[in-house]
Amino acid sequence: MRALLWRDIRLAIRAGGGFGLGLAFFLMVAVLVPLGVGPEGALLSRIAPGILWVGALLASLLSLDRMFALDFEDGSLDLMAVSPLPLEAVAAVKALAHWLVTGVPLVLISPLLGVLLSLDPAGYVWLVAALALGSPALSLVGCFGAALTVGLKRGGLILSLIVLPMYVPTLIFGAEAVRRGAAGAEAMVPLLLLAAISLGSAALLPFASAAAIRANLK
Amino acid sequence: MLRVVDLAVARGGVPVLEGLGFALAAGRVMVLRGPNGAGKTTLLRTLAGLQPALSGRIEADPDILTYSGHADGLKATLTVAENLAFWAAVHGQSQIAAALDAMNLTGLQDRRAADLSAGQKRRLGLARLRVTGRSLWLMDEPTVSLDAASVGLFGAMLRGHLAQGGAAIVATHIDLGLPEAEVLDLGPFKAGQSRQGAFDEAFL
Amino acid sequence: MSIWEYANPKKFMQTSAWALPWVSGLAVILLVAGLVWGFFFTPDDYKQGATVKIIYLHVPSAMMAISAWFMMLVGSLIWLIRRHHVSALTAKAAAPVGLTFTVIGLVTGAIWGQPMWGTWWAWDPRLTSFLILGLFYLGYIALWAAIEDPDTAADLTSVLCMVGSVFAFMSRYAVLFWNQGLHQGASVSVAGGDQVSNVYGLPLAVCVAGFVLLFVTLVLLRTRTEIRARRIKALIARERAVA
Repeated sequence: MRALLWRDIRLAIRAGGGFGLGLAFFLMVAVLVPLGVGPEGALLSRIAPGILWVGALLASLLSLDRMFALDFEDGSLDLMAVSPLPLEAVAAVKALAHWLVTGVPLVLISPLLGVLLSLDPAGYVWLVAALALGSPALSLVGCFGAALTVGLKRGGLILSLIVLPMYVPTLIFGAEAVRRGAAGAEAMVPLLLLAAISLGSAALLPFASAAAIRANLK
Repeated sequence: MLRVVDLAVARGGVPVLEGLGFALAAGRVMVLRGPNGAGKTTLLRTLAGLQPALSGRIEADPDILTYSGHADGLKATLTVAENLAFWAAVHGQSQIAAALDAMNLTGLQDRRAADLSAGQKRRLGLARLRVTGRSLWLMDEPTVSLDAASVGLFGAMLRGHLAQGGAAIVATHIDLGLPEAEVLDLGPFKAGQSRQGAFDEAFL
Repeated sequence: MSIWEYANPKKFMQTSAWALPWVSGLAVILLVAGLVWGFFFTPDDYKQGATVKIIYLHVPSAMMAISAWFMMLVGSLIWLIRRHHVSALTAKAAAPVGLTFTVIGLVTGAIWGQPMWGTWWAWDPRLTSFLILGLFYLGYIALWAAIEDPDTAADLTSVLCMVGSVFAFMSRYAVLFWNQGLHQGASVSVAGGDQVSNVYGLPLAVCVAGFVLLFVTLVLLRTRTEIRARRIKALIARERAVA
């Protein structure tokens, strides 16, 4: 399992792996939104939690379709299926690798983008905490969507159609935690619910993903 | 090591082979023959557990076999050694030197897989079989894009594997230079017309 | 005789062919009766005027939009556990019907909401939940349409339906958390006290029954079409094998 994790991370970081793509996209969103809605600080600071969360969501969506598709095309997925590694573990590790390569950098860069969007100073802690707790759910749900669509020729579009509705609870609790935190209100409840979604997804979705991969390999 | 009883396999829901029965002992190799579309790949994938059998039994420990298909499962941006070390680690092994040596890849071990020729990639894919430490090799056209010398290397590696108590099933068109191989012609096991029309028979 | 006999496509075709005229006929009678009764023979609401009468379309279609998803969930589970083709096909058949009911629910809601709340659309929890339900339907239908092999498609959509149900359910509560809204509480509920008076309630019940039967009719029809399509495929495969 550790070998798979290292391999996936290494693949993502080497040339053509798409590392940083999500990050760049996240940055784009944070730059384009003020250009679209105007430079007024009060407005930006009000919509900042939502923009940052939607941006993180779309950025993590960007690299999902490569999660299994490349291994499917070059036969690695077949070979993993006959290896001693259970597919459930393969799915979990792939989601973890995706989170380390996409989610963690988003969490780290988010305070910087918060500055661009005039996020209220009280909100930074909550922004980082919410993204750190919520982005694993994004990777896990995305992993499930990628497993469902791995056999499709043009899976990318359907992948987003399937995954985005499932991102709704994460988005709502995540943005709500930041919004409440920035307004100085009690934000622990959405934060804990966010953590619950991530933990529940981690416990259950690898099994669903493995079932989907098995059906796709047939 | 492997026993197959009255096996029927299907491709895309359409039965292609039926009534297959054979046994393979340790130290033996079996060559599958048959024209394109005879069901060689389908049979190998079914034996490997990648797809369910239509009917019949496969008696084998799934933890002893490994599979090598048309694609080699290589990552273009990893080096030869990294690719091999990954598959070794997945199977709980760590030794890759012997496998590199067997397929004459030692000199190429730091080269990226993207920069290998088709034949070299294939050799790497075959070396992978050896680092898995598994005893039953299921191989689908292993010699595609190999030159005569490489086919010889492969034959030698396979023979070494058999000598250590391994076994193999190879689907191939060419002569591997293995006179001891048992040959299984899939022609007689072609699914009969009654079976061939059985796609979605529940709906008829 | 066990209920699973109806999972055999042939038996299903026979039974549904027999049942279809009765179910559809009854659906038409109930719908016509309920709607005519509701539209022409009930008084206007003292607050809402005649606009209240859209309730006869709005409430039943909203109920069926949710019920259809539950039916798909049951069909998916039966397919995953017992591998009955008809069960997977009923789930496939129900999805577009459910989506249509969702859209009807949203559109009639907008028409009703405009004079009542002064807006066609508000990000009210109920409205938002329905919109999200519609998105789940879209994803499910798209996945069915994208996969060529019918059994693989049934497997994958069933897994999606199960996981999607959990997330749809979570979305419902997340949305409630996000915004408490304008929409009145459920108009019809078993425990309900003072919600809808009998003057409206009886024709509404007739309409709901009519919508249920309409749904059953549509799903039966669509499932029969799916079975016929599979039968044609099987026949073509057989001919090719013989030739």
